[in-house]
Amino acid sequence: MENVGSLFHGFAVALTWYHVALMLVGVLLGILVGVLPGLGAPNGVTILMPLTFTMDPVSAIILLTSMYWGALFGGSTTSILFNIPGEPSSVATTFDGHPMAKQGLAVEALSFAFLSAGFGALVGVAVITVLSGWVTEFALKFSSPEYFAVYFLAFASFVGLAGGNPVKTVVSILLGFAFATVGMDTVSGSLRLTFGFDELLRGISFLIVVIGLFGIGELLLTMEEGLKFEGVKAKVNLSGVLRTLTRLPRYWIALIRGSLVGVWMGITPGGPTAASFMSYGLAKRFSRRRGNFGKGEPEGVIAPETADHGAGTAAMLPMLALGIPGSATAAVMLGGLMIWGLNPGPMLFLERPDFVWGLIASMYLGNVVAVVLVLATVPLFAAILRIPFAIIGPLIVVVCFIGAWTVGASKPDLWLALIFGLVGYVFKKLDYPVAPLVLALVIGDKAEDAFRQSMLMSQGSLTIFFSNPLVGTITVLAILLLAWPLFSMLFGRVRAGRAEKMRLAE
Amino acid sequence: MKAAFALAAIAALGVGSASAQEWKPTKPVEFVGAAGPGGGTDIFARNVQAIIQKYNLVDQPILVSNKGGGSGAEAFVYVKAAAGDPHKLVFGTSNLYTLPMVAKVAFKHTDFVPVAAMVFDEFILWNKGDSPYDDYKSYTAAAKAANGTFKMAGALSKDTDQTLTRYIEKDTGAKFIYIPYKSGGEASVQLSGGHAHSHVNNPSESVGHWKAGQVKPLCVFSKERMPQGPKVTETKGWSDIPTCKEQGSGIEEYKMPRTVALPPGSPPAAAEFWANVLKKVSETPEWKDYLEKTSQTGRFMAGAELKAFIDEDEKRTRKVYEEEGWLVN
Repeated sequence: MENVGSLFHGFAVALTWYHVALMLVGVLLGILVGVLPGLGAPNGVTILMPLTFTMDPVSAIILLTSMYWGALFGGSTTSILFNIPGEPSSVATTFDGHPMAKQGLAVEALSFAFLSAGFGALVGVAVITVLSGWVTEFALKFSSPEYFAVYFLAFASFVGLAGGNPVKTVVSILLGFAFATVGMDTVSGSLRLTFGFDELLRGISFLIVVIGLFGIGELLLTMEEGLKFEGVKAKVNLSGVLRTLTRLPRYWIALIRGSLVGVWMGITPGGPTAASFMSYGLAKRFSRRRGNFGKGEPEGVIAPETADHGAGTAAMLPMLALGIPGSATAAVMLGGLMIWGLNPGPMLFLERPDFVWGLIASMYLGNVVAVVLVLATVPLFAAILRIPFAIIGPLIVVVCFIGAWTVGASKPDLWLALIFGLVGYVFKKLDYPVAPLVLALVIGDKAEDAFRQSMLMSQGSLTIFFSNPLVGTITVLAILLLAWPLFSMLFGRVRAGRAEKMRLAE
Repeated sequence: MKAAFALAAIAALGVGSASAQEWKPTKPVEFVGAAGPGGGTDIFARNVQAIIQKYNLVDQPILVSNKGGGSGAEAFVYVKAAAGDPHKLVFGTSNLYTLPMVAKVAFKHTDFVPVAAMVFDEFILWNKGDSPYDDYKSYTAAAKAANGTFKMAGALSKDTDQTLTRYIEKDTGAKFIYIPYKSGGEASVQLSGGHAHSHVNNPSESVGHWKAGQVKPLCVFSKERMPQGPKVTETKGWSDIPTCKEQGSGIEEYKMPRTVALPPGSPPAAAEFWANVLKKVSETPEWKDYLEKTSQTGRFMAGAELKAFIDEDEKRTRKVYEEEGWLVN
């Protein structure tokens, strides 16, 4: 229980007026950059970074991490209201969050998202507090084959479940993989699929694709369906938020499952994006309400949000203790650590306990502050949906293109966003699922790198994925999940066959 | 209308005549980092910016942007497109001249006007903390005896780390399996976890793991030992690491410059202006502090000295790449 003692010491560091004020400022700025798609947490933290050079490291990291929490929450707002994910990790939130908003349940969707995200974050910090020493040891066991197995698990848990035509799902995944290969290849160091266009050097940005597929694609559909949002007549007030709070405990299974997936993926570290997809996939497969998923099911919001924030907070530990950034934002903060004169590594916990435990304590406080602040903004944001579509529609287009521009300040990105908008529209019309494409685009290149590094290590032998108990277990689990639809189909046939026999016998 | 034109013409003339002798930025300046946020190049650019602003060395505001796509090629392409505009400076490493050799990118290093090299980052041969090898010779001999099964982790492919690995192979006859990761930080974690045998990280990339005893330095690829500084572990500091040359390596020196360059067609006066500013930056206490925190070696180079250095390093690297069959341009 030495850790608990250190934590109280940390609270003493974090609980000063100055630090609480920094938390408030950070969270508010974070919500702001999170709400604007394209700006996002990594950009926000980068812009703020030079201000922290002259600050004390504890204060600096409290400001930056608070901004990160704020941005994570803000990213869910646009996912739910406009189907435009502000952060890669909030893509899965759109699947049920946006349908809820369209049905006039925006307040509920937002409140569920923020509350469950807060829950996931607190579980994440609690795990860090209790297990800090052990987690570091565990994370060191991960090499390329283990990484690949984790990504494979994320794919397997998400992909096997896709309803509808399996061929269409495969097409969507393969397109995602193809887009993910554009640009510089880490393993061979050569350029792929750029066709001599300098604009494609840095690859196809995930955000551009999402802004197109989700934001613009969705707008095109809405226009076709008659120029209106369904949420216009919804009642918007704070009591809706409180009512949601009382309904939350009913979803305890989703909350716990989401937190576990999140913490696991944060530590391993598969990252928040993979975590949210995986949690959504698992919930959709094993929930009692699975039939309602994709049509505005609260559990479909709770599952990815809990996992996203659980992973986001749990990933801070490998970052501090090993210097592995779990996300783009964490990578920027790592750069900051160097400038403040700190070296991430296991010794950081011994050398600068005030910094480490101050940060961990601030994660408890910062997330509570963030939940309260974003919940207070719910009525405000939900009210946006009352604005007639004729006004809000064009505004969304403008926001989409500003977002696409902020990513890399390059003109071709705007065209790409437009093209992906059309692709999104066509996909929906032809009933192709978009989600597998997005998942493949986000973790496809990481999975590819891990696979090829493993092949280099083993000199081309696939047995490396079963070479130790850790990687073997994850691989087998992934294969089982992938084959799950087959099993359930077989069982279904057997059961149906039996029922048929019974009927005939009668 | 006519009057406005005349005024503009006079203004243009005025600027033109001024730039003949002395150039000064007349609009906001952009520092373009040829790497993503958080990496060594980004920290380099942001420190230079912070110091310039603190000492008011430039009248115009300076923004730092990151264009790390294509291992940094994005930044060079972007700055090349700003031909003749000395308000955009690209911050990179030796990738300024090595990238165009290995990837089909639309620029050559001769397109740019080099301004200065300000820092040299060192390369160190690292082993896992509990490895039985303590020096260059015994480690490479073991690698040679293991017949090409030792794994060398590194950052990126066909970049500085892999090039140095090839030098070591040529020097000792050992063969390594080179495994490229996205960054030196990732490579360091792989070594700490025992998933690789060694890597050749820059000091700042592995200092945290060294402190914890998870990795240990064997030798530094430098002519002289690194400068004296505070101890990193309980008993050792950077200056206690022997040079590889001391330990009988045939590799004299291997360092990575951090470079600053201007777009093609920038006037020589502008290059001179920026070289002066950067020279002043390199003389501030903040700069010394940055060098010490990141364990890099400060060495300011500009003008003819810089050009000669780049030419020589380019030629040497090109020879290795040619032998490896990496050359595409």
